[in-house]
Amino acid sequence: MNPEKPLKPISECTPCASSDSRRLFLGTAAAAVAGALTGCGKLSMDEFLQHNFRELSKAEIQHVIARLEKEYQEKYGKAVQVGVDPALQGVIFGYALDLSRCIGCRRCVHACVKENNQSREPEVQWIRVLQMDKEEGVNIHHADPYYAPDRVPEEGHFYMPVQCQQCKKPPCVKVCPVGATWQEKDGIVVVDYNWCIGCRYCMAACPYGARHFNWGEPTLPVEELNTATHYLGNRPRQKGVVEKCTFCIQRTRKGLYPACVEICPTGSRKFGNLMDPKSEIRYVLENKRVFLFKEDLNTQPKFFYFYGV
Amino acid sequence: MQTLSNLRRFIQDSFRLMIQGNNYYYLWVAFLLLLILAGGVAYTSQLRHGLIVSHMRDQVSWGFYIGNFTFLVGVAAAAIMLVIPAYIYDWEPIKEITLLGELLAISALVMCLGFVMVDIGRPDRFWHIIPLVGRLNFPQSLLAWDVIVLNLYLLLNWFVVTYLLYCSYTGRHYVKALVLPLVLFSIPAAVSIHSVTAFLYNGIAARPFWNSAILAPKFLASAFCSGPAILLVLLQVLRKTTRLAIKDEAIFKIAELMAYTMGFNLFLTAAEVFKEFYSGTEHLVFIQYLFFGLKGHNALVPFAWASVATGLVAFLLFLIPQTRKKWLTLNLGCALIYTSVYIEKGMGLIIPGLTPDALGEIFEYTPSTVEVFVAAGIFAIGFLVFTLMLKVAVPIMLGEFTLNRGVLPNVE
Repeated sequence: MNPEKPLKPISECTPCASSDSRRLFLGTAAAAVAGALTGCGKLSMDEFLQHNFRELSKAEIQHVIARLEKEYQEKYGKAVQVGVDPALQGVIFGYALDLSRCIGCRRCVHACVKENNQSREPEVQWIRVLQMDKEEGVNIHHADPYYAPDRVPEEGHFYMPVQCQQCKKPPCVKVCPVGATWQEKDGIVVVDYNWCIGCRYCMAACPYGARHFNWGEPTLPVEELNTATHYLGNRPRQKGVVEKCTFCIQRTRKGLYPACVEICPTGSRKFGNLMDPKSEIRYVLENKRVFLFKEDLNTQPKFFYFYGV
Repeated sequence: MQTLSNLRRFIQDSFRLMIQGNNYYYLWVAFLLLLILAGGVAYTSQLRHGLIVSHMRDQVSWGFYIGNFTFLVGVAAAAIMLVIPAYIYDWEPIKEITLLGELLAISALVMCLGFVMVDIGRPDRFWHIIPLVGRLNFPQSLLAWDVIVLNLYLLLNWFVVTYLLYCSYTGRHYVKALVLPLVLFSIPAAVSIHSVTAFLYNGIAARPFWNSAILAPKFLASAFCSGPAILLVLLQVLRKTTRLAIKDEAIFKIAELMAYTMGFNLFLTAAEVFKEFYSGTEHLVFIQYLFFGLKGHNALVPFAWASVATGLVAFLLFLIPQTRKKWLTLNLGCALIYTSVYIEKGMGLIIPGLTPDALGEIFEYTPSTVEVFVAAGIFAIGFLVFTLMLKVAVPIMLGEFTLNRGVLPNVE
């Protein structure tokens, strides 16, 4: 199969276009100062004063969602729904990836970008596929994320996609100085993009390289915008905040598969409710040879690698 | 009422002192202001475009800013190096120097907070980290701890210094029952700011280079060399330019203490190197990258060796009494120590911690021009704060600037 392109090498990144042209009238002096501070003259007083998502009342959440939907409408000229679906009762999501089937085509990487409204320039990808040597086994020091042959899989190699492992003991949550990231009841680790201060301590703490920072102003072509979003998931992001895989929270809480599971042409990706004994994910865990990535760190991932054949 | 008017006069007179000076003073201040301006311009560009103007990326997500921050926390902590002998052992020659050490700590902390501010992606959300107003993730996050201890330490030093100087200014004796407990408290506080900063890295299991118990002791040992290295040079400058009398004895004593801590620091480095290379686990790659480079990437290699070499030479210069007591070799030693620790605690700590990254990629980081200018601006702010504080503090310490007499005419 032809592989899709890897993440662009770093040297090609350029600073984003200036946001000068988007200066709007500012409500208050505080917001003006804050706006000047971010170099983005659009900051409203409401946005500036918004509190941590977990501390908002139902009415406040409605207010925030209405504001965000209005902002996105203005910015993209399209109606964007920002959902706040809570975790489903009795559900803890788990994921399993079959290393013996993955062919490294990167369909998942790009389906994820489209579904989750990642910035296209600078390019942000939540899934990183590592090409590894069969001789070395799972060894990150013999891994190449930038492989780009005409056809995959390549002789003598296997492929290991890495994304957020949705740890039961997430080191990223522990280190966040402002509680901008946390674990939901269904096990998904989420980020409040409106509360994150961009200190990047979570990125240093993550053993899986799963957290990504918006180094520049994210750009997202209007025609590629996915308008079905979740507040804690794929709504369009801002400059200067961290983001990560959420198991497609906007889809999975509605009973859909994550985009990467749906697109995978080889069926390497399995997803389901760990609490349901009859689920496919439970079958995999009980019957296949499963391992955890960097198990010694005791992060207790809910993302399992296995050998199906 | 009397106190209030005294205070007003103190502030007015201090301000007058700050804006008066000889040509060298004006030149120095103008130079600092120019650097601050350049840093400001660079920072404006960073605000507009985002941190993409730095050379940090997802692979190496902390760089020059956080490296400088870490180094400067050490400088701030080092003030206690001088407080301990002065107050505990009541060793007179150092006592007057303590105040200068505390001023240095204040300036270093100002720079620390500056480096944190420029490193965060959303400075407009700074209030999220303020206890009670925002949502500080205490006690889970070590960064939350660091915010608290650094600000407490800044407040503590600022209060002690201002109070002592103000008492001196008004000609009253300070209340020992107030000052002594605060000064004694500043000793564990200084140890804690540096330990907490070490734990900030130490606690991250994802980065084996940092995840070593030796980190906190090493932080303290290296800080106790670098902080006084700056002070020793400063003391000589002040001796020349003001009437502040600082005994040779005090300077040599500090240099002797520095020799021991530098020796200890080198020992800790050797212990770390032994453990990594002898056990030879897959975690070896980080220290290999630092000292030998990996797969043709060796940006840090010359700096790593320079740090070891300068540290070793400085240790010998300060250990041998003949070279310790000679001004040329003493000052050379100070410069070498500063170089050694600046590399070791700055880029030499942050970059190998993140290279190779969590998925094994080697992304070679070097600071961008914007990062260098912003950093220069913050250093200039720190030096300016230090200069202005000294401008007021030294005449007070000399009794040339008091409430009754005002500023003596010959004091510039």
